[in-house]
Amino acid sequence: MSLVKRTAPRFAWFTLSGLLALSFFVAIAFGSVDLSIVDVVRALTGQPLEGYGAAIVHSIRLPRALLAASVGAILAISGAYLQGLFRNPLADPSLIGVTAGASVGASVAIVFGAGGLGFVSGLSLVSLGAFGGGLLAVWLVYKVSSSINGTSVATMLLMGIAVSALAASLTGLMDYFADNEMLRRLSLWRMGGLDGANYWRAGIAAAVLLVMLLSMGGFSHALNTLLLGESQARHLGVDVERLKTRLIILVAGGVGVSVAMAGSIAFVGLVVPHMVRLWVGPDHRLLLPLSALGGASLLLLADTFARVVIAPTELPVGLVTAILGAPFFISLLKSRRDLQ
Amino acid sequence: MNKTSQNTPDKGVLTVENLSVSIGSRTLINNINLAVDAGEVLCVIGPNGAGKTTLLRTIGQDLTPDSGHISFAQQPLTRMAPRARARQLAVLTQHNPLTFAFTGREVVALGRSPHSTGVVIDDDICQAAMAALDVSHLAQRLYPSLSGGEQQRIQLARVLAQVWRAEDASTSARLLLLDEPVTSLDIGHQHQLMQAVREFARTGVAVVMTVHDITLAGAFADRIIALKNGECIAEGSPHEVLTESLISHVFDTPVSIIKHPQTGKPVVLGATETGTTV
Repeated sequence: MSLVKRTAPRFAWFTLSGLLALSFFVAIAFGSVDLSIVDVVRALTGQPLEGYGAAIVHSIRLPRALLAASVGAILAISGAYLQGLFRNPLADPSLIGVTAGASVGASVAIVFGAGGLGFVSGLSLVSLGAFGGGLLAVWLVYKVSSSINGTSVATMLLMGIAVSALAASLTGLMDYFADNEMLRRLSLWRMGGLDGANYWRAGIAAAVLLVMLLSMGGFSHALNTLLLGESQARHLGVDVERLKTRLIILVAGGVGVSVAMAGSIAFVGLVVPHMVRLWVGPDHRLLLPLSALGGASLLLLADTFARVVIAPTELPVGLVTAILGAPFFISLLKSRRDLQ
Repeated sequence: MNKTSQNTPDKGVLTVENLSVSIGSRTLINNINLAVDAGEVLCVIGPNGAGKTTLLRTIGQDLTPDSGHISFAQQPLTRMAPRARARQLAVLTQHNPLTFAFTGREVVALGRSPHSTGVVIDDDICQAAMAALDVSHLAQRLYPSLSGGEQQRIQLARVLAQVWRAEDASTSARLLLLDEPVTSLDIGHQHQLMQAVREFARTGVAVVMTVHDITLAGAFADRIIALKNGECIAEGSPHEVLTESLISHVFDTPVSIIKHPQTGKPVVLGATETGTTV
């Protein structure tokens, strides 16, 4: 009955890589103007195309797909890191207030600094601000809700509510003090989402994703032992304090940059690692890379859906992931309660 | 009281000298001395709150002592690098909260994570450790679905796997700290586990464990130390420590001690005041 039914790792790798390739292709082919498979391949390989096809792919859909894939992967890895850090599969950047903290940081950066700067340095400053805000939020939630027996779900989620409320009031305060020009910039950023995608944004997100991908190898073993408990991990030779600090910084960096580039996108970090865990088990050596693939695919598909469902207008992608993710989260909560 | 601190052997795996720990103004353990040799099983007994767990946690570096020295293979334990320490000192804590769905086998394999001995050797060691604790059949089961006793035996297998081979320990000394390893087990598995630990000690491992069941401690320990209110009340062989006057004093309750009909080891019975048969 409780024998494991797990998918072979090779099959999971193969399937999720295939899914990512497919989602990427779909994201480029579909939109308010649909392109044929041949057109997409021709555009991506740089061959001439009739009509506006090439322009649509190169200046709109390709950077957007790259940004969506990077942000999706970053959020999924951040979610998996947070769940390992909290030893709790219900941790998610948006639920525990990291996303809200990052938004405040970004707003502060927009109101107080980014005005006089050029586009790229402005964007970097907003990212830094979001990183700072996110860092403060994770640290605060972690300090309050963690104990030697892991973290209590209730405390963690309540802290998330508290931090989000604080963040909302700080954002409101920012709006209150902002002048017309700043308000315009703030609301532009808030509407941002993935439709503000360009190669710069995609590039910055991809750079942070690269850092997270490179960090995975060193963390997976230590995270596995951390699931046993903090002192258990220490007895297995893991420098727990250093591990926690690094995880918090990486998560804040990942969530910060994704908030700065694409606004707040909820639940990707919760849903994807959870599905992957059901599939291949909790071993981080598989969980982290497969979550990255799954997160990239999920956000690409969600974004494509958001673009085509009421084309030519589009839905914010955060709305789509929340509609998918919230019922998922509720069913998770319910099943945990039934277990106890 | 036969309190001793002078019988420290020259070649102890673990030597604890004048160890005191307090939190705030409360003294948890006071001036504890002990030494354990390779192959020796030392049981720590005492009533609830006597400082047994505190002593183990301090030796395991989870708590910082106010004063005193802990040396491992003649070196200060605090100076050892975490990874090197983990290769020769394994700790089983009282609570092991693990809610993620690892298989039994994967949990045991985590015990090998401080080592870089390769998959083949690690697999063999995990299998042997699981066989020693009669949990081989749980290898493919999911840990959260196991009973408390099964989880406990899996965790112990993990800890044994961590210090399984002498050649993996850089100083060739190995120490096992077990905090209440048998509390949630039935009597059959209690004895099997104690027997497994006993045999594991024979491979040259020093073992320090806290045990609630005094009779069990008497049956399997080489030496026993009795703690009360953070003080070491007595130290010695089971026959020396498990006397009616001493145990009654330590636990503040009258006890009778009889000889086990087969092994001759002391068996501790709670004596009832009215004299009704137990």
